[in-house]
Amino acid sequence: MTIKRIVTTAFILACGAGSAALIYAWQPALPPIAPPSPTGFDASEVRYGADLALIGDCRTCHTAPGGRTFAGGLAMPTPFGTIYSTNITPDARTGIGQWSLEAFTRAMREGVDREGRHLYPAFPYDHFSLTTDVDMKALYAFLMTRDPIVAEAPANDLPFPINVRLVLAGWKLLFFHPARYTTDPTHDDIWNRGRYLVEGLAHCGACHTPRNFMGAETRSEDYAGGEVEGWSAFPLGRLSPAPIPWTEDALNHYLREGWQAHHGVALGPMRPVVENLAEAPAQDVAAMAHYLASLGATAGPSVQIPTVSPDASGQRPQSAGWQAAISTPAAGGPIGRAIFSAACASCHLSERPLPLGGVDLALSTSLSASTPQNLLDIVLNGVPASDGNPALIMPGFAGSMTNATLASLLTFLRVEVAGKSAWPDLPAAVAAARKAASPPIHVRATR
Amino acid sequence: MTHLIVNGELRTVSSDPDTPLLYVLRDELELNGAKFGCGLGQCGACTVLIDGQPVFSCLTPLLLLEGREVRTLEGLGTLENPGPVQAAFIAEQAAQCGYCIAGMIMRTQALLERSPNPDDDEIRGALEPQLCRCGTHMRIIRAVKHAARSLSAAAEATK
Repeated sequence: MTIKRIVTTAFILACGAGSAALIYAWQPALPPIAPPSPTGFDASEVRYGADLALIGDCRTCHTAPGGRTFAGGLAMPTPFGTIYSTNITPDARTGIGQWSLEAFTRAMREGVDREGRHLYPAFPYDHFSLTTDVDMKALYAFLMTRDPIVAEAPANDLPFPINVRLVLAGWKLLFFHPARYTTDPTHDDIWNRGRYLVEGLAHCGACHTPRNFMGAETRSEDYAGGEVEGWSAFPLGRLSPAPIPWTEDALNHYLREGWQAHHGVALGPMRPVVENLAEAPAQDVAAMAHYLASLGATAGPSVQIPTVSPDASGQRPQSAGWQAAISTPAAGGPIGRAIFSAACASCHLSERPLPLGGVDLALSTSLSASTPQNLLDIVLNGVPASDGNPALIMPGFAGSMTNATLASLLTFLRVEVAGKSAWPDLPAAVAAARKAASPPIHVRATR
Repeated sequence: MTHLIVNGELRTVSSDPDTPLLYVLRDELELNGAKFGCGLGQCGACTVLIDGQPVFSCLTPLLLLEGREVRTLEGLGTLENPGPVQAAFIAEQAAQCGYCIAGMIMRTQALLERSPNPDDDEIRGALEPQLCRCGTHMRIIRAVKHAARSLSAAAEATK
């Protein structure tokens, strides 16, 4: 009798807790609407929405390689599994054509789709929740005036229990704190605009802030650097490993052009970001640079700042690091320096300025960063040409360099050129990067 | 002295270790298939295969190659008896001035060894590092598909 009562009580309590969780987790579907007529939106509002969509990188994730813009289907590898981006064109069945402004706003601010399903935080609603009503309306106007495209996103490839969307309600309870942007009166309008964009739509922290074991940004370590798709997203502000501190002008140039002679070139997942910002309003990018510069900078340069203007044509800047690197016995053995002289110097010591010559490697953040990850990605795979966009290129060396020679080259660059102590566990990092880079090879006799 | 396996033969070369492979091939070994285009790894005219992987020989110093296998255009066939990829490029008349073609053929060879039946996108992606300024791109793509068919037929016949 007693045991029966305990079991019954436990059952009732469990049901109660479960129901409470369900009630918390449950979100209603919002009524579908007939897809709004594209002519029903104000043209200037659509135009403004287009600018905001560039800053928000919407097309970068919501477009599959070779696919139609905004039609979704891009595979996004996460530590938990693969998530596919959705179709955000106004197609009624496969896109967001039946979404009202209210449904769109709820998705952006609460991470819940029109049907009431919780969305995975690969969609950065933890940043987008800052977006104002005016901007939300403009983004909605822009997206609802795109060509509707029929495209079903592939099903996500996630393990149990992460594949159960109700679980996300618990994640949100722990890590998601939606808030609108509040103007900081101690700063001017440009700073506030920059902060609003950087922390909100531009979602810089999604890559540049480290994530915890449950995939949430670690708020106490804002901009301490993260890792995404096999690339390091370098720390920003005071924690930046850049040899020369970033200035507002340098940040603005980098975000706008995709390169900056005192720092390097935007590559990997940062490349589409700068391609978007190149088309975004100049004053918005300038505001973002203004705010990012206010995050602070390292105390001072760790290398001599080149005297030649980085953006001037003619003599490219040289640093003291080079003279030492080329004239003394080198770390990495003689082979590291010899590889550099024979394979790299024709561009990287060409005396041509960026973007025509190579980056001054003594100033490159890839060499001074805490891991060799980005440098390995670049040396192995190169910097491929970008369809339809003016951009720097570099050939990859995966085919010609063995892991041992690659490690010698990187040690030479790290120690002699950047003037830093050697990376620990370089051979393991080289092997891992090689594994990620190499295409499957099925050699067969052809003759 | 550096030891290379060039088109299946062990060769010992005396060029300085920092000499780009392209010059070793052309000047010391008198294999003129690979061409000097830009010298910066941007045009692809100098492409050869190292251990089966396409590389720009203008940016590959000899010191990286001790004991490794190099394949050049001359390794794929002869004037009298061209290899399947070469024959396909001839059949489709893929060359106009011909300067880029040695590199195109070498990268095609590498592509087809990895992926015997590439579609258009894969061909375009694989050949992206090779520039052709005459504009015979459509013929080159046809030649790659032609070569894929010849190789598949040959593989089928030897089964």
